[in-house]
Amino acid sequence: MAVTEVTKENFESEVIGSDKLVLADFNATWCGPCRMLKPIIDEISEERDDVKVVSIDIDDEDELAEKYEVYSIPCVVVFKNGQEVCRSIGFKPKSEIEKLLGE
Amino acid sequence: MYDIVIVGAGPAGLTAAIYARRASKSVLVLEAKSYGGQIVNTPDIENYPVAAHISGYDFATKIYEQATFLGAKVVFDKAVDIKMNGDEKEVVTVGGSYVCKAVILATGSENRKLGVDGEDELVGRGISYCATCDGAFYRKKTVAVVGGGNTALEDALYLSDIAEKVYLIHRRSSFRGEESTVNRLKERENVEFVLNSSVTKLSAGKRLESIEVTDTAGNTKTLDVNGLFVAVGRIPENQNFGKIVNLDEAGYIIAGEDCLTSAKGVFVAGDNRSKSVRQLVTATADGAVAATEAVKYINSL
Repeated sequence: MAVTEVTKENFESEVIGSDKLVLADFNATWCGPCRMLKPIIDEISEERDDVKVVSIDIDDEDELAEKYEVYSIPCVVVFKNGQEVCRSIGFKPKSEIEKLLGE
Repeated sequence: MYDIVIVGAGPAGLTAAIYARRASKSVLVLEAKSYGGQIVNTPDIENYPVAAHISGYDFATKIYEQATFLGAKVVFDKAVDIKMNGDEKEVVTVGGSYVCKAVILATGSENRKLGVDGEDELVGRGISYCATCDGAFYRKKTVAVVGGGNTALEDALYLSDIAEKVYLIHRRSSFRGEESTVNRLKERENVEFVLNSSVTKLSAGKRLESIEVTDTAGNTKTLDVNGLFVAVGRIPENQNFGKIVNLDEAGYIIAGEDCLTSAKGVFVAGDNRSKSVRQLVTATADGAVAATEAVKYINSL
């Protein structure tokens, strides 16, 4: 499945209300490590039917970044039943991002 | 067997790959994280000849594509050791090992940490090593920068345009960085110098709330800050190779401009080499020199 762009208007329905595990990628267009991470995030979204992958542009969605206490990007946050389970900051190899999702 | 194994896919390593491939040598590049290295964190490069403006990401991607197009193979695996078996070398990685004739170490460097309790836990929750990456999160907030070199000075200047207040903490009374930047900082009303002082304690709830600084006389004071930007230098990533090649006191591989190390058939390129100017252009220059020397060495076997 493709990565869903999420804004504060649909964050509630797409992330908090999701039945699936959600991988939320907080990023910005000017952030090099975010662009490095993007192909990995895209791959995971294609490979994992059990995970919903969303992307949040922190420049457009500064309220969401503030609410979820994102102060460094790239920041990947995993949500389960609307609750944050874990997060990872900075570029990480694919295996480490997959570890966040557990088994 | 490869002719050359290059450890590190930053600008130095990938330039070495380009030169080695153009000399028709087989090349494997090992990279522990992502290609590009440290330059990926730079939003806009303005001092590389010909490219007046290019982002670090674009620079890294172009050089990666150039190297792989020419036939360099890149494997994402961390090199941890080199076994020297005469003319043959075996580069041992976390996931396996690769036999080759020559090795080029282009591992670069990583951020030096402050070494204060709680630092690791607060990365991304107030502690940052990259002002241009994370500065935007501190709009109208109070931040501190620690360090006395150009990076610290430039970080403080950059942050003074964003944050409400910037403390610049340095353990000495004068800065190693450029005087012109120091003077520009002195003109900023929202920048306060905290000299002869070190950060000795971090206080946090869910995120960083304040820091304790101690001056050389032993007096302490607490500064309420939302963010602490650490710019106290970098550490060369040569830890795994100290048995193979000679390192200087700071951990850099000792080599002249010819990039030859103390071990025959092992070369060094980029920021992890002992040298005075560590810039993008000197990293790529090292890559060209190290590859040329490696090719010369292989042809002499």
